[in-house]
Amino acid sequence: MTFEPGNRIRVRASEKPGHVRTPGYLKGKTGRVESVLGEFPNPEDLAYGLSGRPKRPLYKVSFRQADVWSDYEGPADDRLSADVYEHWLEPDKGETA
Amino acid sequence: MSDAHHHPHHDAGTEQAISPYAHRIRAIEALLLEKGVLTEPEIQDRVSYMESRSPENGARLVARAWVNPEFKARLLSDTKTAALELGIDAAGPVEFVVVENTPEVHNLIVCTLCSCYPRAILGRPPDWYKSFEYRSRAVREPRAVMREFGFEPPDRVEVVIHDSTADVRYMVLPMRPPGTEGLDEENLAALVTRDALIGVNVPRYIGS
Repeated sequence: MTFEPGNRIRVRASEKPGHVRTPGYLKGKTGRVESVLGEFPNPEDLAYGLSGRPKRPLYKVSFRQADVWSDYEGPADDRLSADVYEHWLEPDKGETA
Repeated sequence: MSDAHHHPHHDAGTEQAISPYAHRIRAIEALLLEKGVLTEPEIQDRVSYMESRSPENGARLVARAWVNPEFKARLLSDTKTAALELGIDAAGPVEFVVVENTPEVHNLIVCTLCSCYPRAILGRPPDWYKSFEYRSRAVREPRAVMREFGFEPPDRVEVVIHDSTADVRYMVLPMRPPGTEGLDEENLAALVTRDALIGVNVPRYIGS
């Protein structure tokens, strides 16, 4: 378990082909780990008949909508969270918010 | 299931124009049966399982949470166990997380990647939930989407979107509407719609 709640992260801007569980609109975006959801067989391998082992930590990651969409229509406090596997996350080296 | 009914399409009465996707699914189903990967009873069990789930389950959980704070705490911390208390068996590999609406926070559920939904509790999602339009707009302009469903959270309320991208399924615990102090659990449950469990709307009560 690399990350813990409160950590600032960036979603990897990877172009991994095929079945991925990280939505394109979050790639490269920065957010914060909200909670650790547990460990699950990697669905990106399960999709191809593989074992999905070792299990991968899954995090609930929270983003400010204004950080996800430059033209977001709503108030600045609106948020979006998604469930992201550890291999899609890297520490955010930018300044902490 | 009789042998004569070889093709388990589920309401064959009015055979309208069948979409190419339905043809494809039936071809895959036939192949899975032919190759012995699945049996017809297994398919029927799965259909029955799904048809035994409905938004009423969610409404019962919400109504119980409204009248019983201890139950509410359990529903928020361990959804599967709490559901089992009401006879709702949501066992399976996916986890459930119930997110609570408060005067400060309104939650909305979407699955942008496909159509993940708390099926083991609520059954099949509505068609609009699976549409490209909902899936793309719910994350990008959630307030406009809710407005179209007839709900407009004030700007001071934080709107939080939950994109169920992986192994967790989300359900909203809406706020109990004002004026419902005298209602019993059953009448409270009747106020809780599927839309409110997804978060595109909220329960309302217009006195009696």
